[in-house]
Amino acid sequence: MIRLLTRDLRLAIRAGGGFGLAVAFFLIVSILVPFGVGPDRATLAPVAAGILWVGALLACLLSLDRIFATDHEDGSLELLATSPVPLEALVAVKALAHWLTTGLPLTLAAPLFGVFLSLPPSGMPWLIASLAIGTPALSMIGAFGAALTVGLKRGGLLLSILVLPLYVPTLIFGADTVRRGIEDLGPMTPLTLLAGITLGAIALLPFAGAGVLRVNLR
Amino acid sequence: MSGDGLLTLRDVAVARGGLPVLAGVSFAIAPGEALVLRGPNGSGKTTLLRAIAGLQPVDAGAIEADPDAIAYAAHADGIKGTLTVAENLSFWAGLFGTDDISRALSAFNLVDLADRPAQALSAGQKRRLGLSRLIVTGRPVWALDEPTVSLDRASVGLFADAVRGHMEMGGAAVMATHIDLGIDARELDLTGYRAALPTSGAFDEAFQ
Repeated sequence: MIRLLTRDLRLAIRAGGGFGLAVAFFLIVSILVPFGVGPDRATLAPVAAGILWVGALLACLLSLDRIFATDHEDGSLELLATSPVPLEALVAVKALAHWLTTGLPLTLAAPLFGVFLSLPPSGMPWLIASLAIGTPALSMIGAFGAALTVGLKRGGLLLSILVLPLYVPTLIFGADTVRRGIEDLGPMTPLTLLAGITLGAIALLPFAGAGVLRVNLR
Repeated sequence: MSGDGLLTLRDVAVARGGLPVLAGVSFAIAPGEALVLRGPNGSGKTTLLRAIAGLQPVDAGAIEADPDAIAYAAHADGIKGTLTVAENLSFWAGLFGTDDISRALSAFNLVDLADRPAQALSAGQKRRLGLSRLIVTGRPVWALDEPTVSLDRASVGLFADAVRGHMEMGGAAVMATHIDLGIDARELDLTGYRAALPTSGAFDEAFQ
């Protein structure tokens, strides 16, 4: 399984792998929004948390369809399905590789982009904490969605439509954590709920993803 | 039919896209044996091999084999273009827990290409890389779907040698192919096992 993870990471880093796509998209959002709504701190600061979380979510969504599609196209997915690695582990490892190439860089880059959006300094630790805890759920839910749409040509649209509603709770609790952190209104409550979503997704979705992969590979 | 077969099919029926393709297929393969599946395009060779590989369920009958005994090779080779030949092969070797890729590389004459990115390979070289994966799986039963597509005569010879070597070591192979490999193998023509297409009265079956 570690082999699978290192292969996926190596593929992501090599040319055409799409590593950095999410961070570049996140950067573009964070730079363009101040141009769009004006650089005034009073207008930016209240919406900064929400924009950062929406940006992170969309950046994550951008690379979802690649999770299984490339392996499906070149036949690796069928060969992986007949290999000793259980499909449940395959889905989990794919989600982990996706998180390491999108969620983790986003989390690390977020404080810098927070500055672009005039996010108050008191919100920074909560922004990092909420992204670190919330983005694994985005990758895990996304891997499940990608498993659902794996056999479809140009399944990206359907994937986005399927996955977006599932992302809403993560977005709400994630952005709320940062907002409450800034206003000092007890950010631990949404953060705990966010952790609950992530843990639930990690516990259940590898099995659901493996189930739909089995059906899709028939 | 031998009792200690690596792979036994009993009255197997398979369907493709909801339509029955084959019915009543039975055979057994013992260590050291090979079986060549013959039949025109669309006769169900791929479907049967996918069922043997465990990728799709059978409609009736049973396939008796250890699921960890079968190495499947499909039309697509599962090669990553940005990885080198050796990296592609080591990945599969590691996944199957064998780690030695040198025998596979030399069996398919890939030693000189080991450090080349797989995207720079020709179609035949890619196919050789795809087939060399079978050796690193270390599994006894090879289920091969059109293994010789895009191979030249010399490479077909390499492949036949690899299959022969595999059989000598107690392995077995089931393959769908149209050409004569010069391997001592039984043949099974699937034309005789074609399933009857459902007639108009079979609507109820579609809803079961």
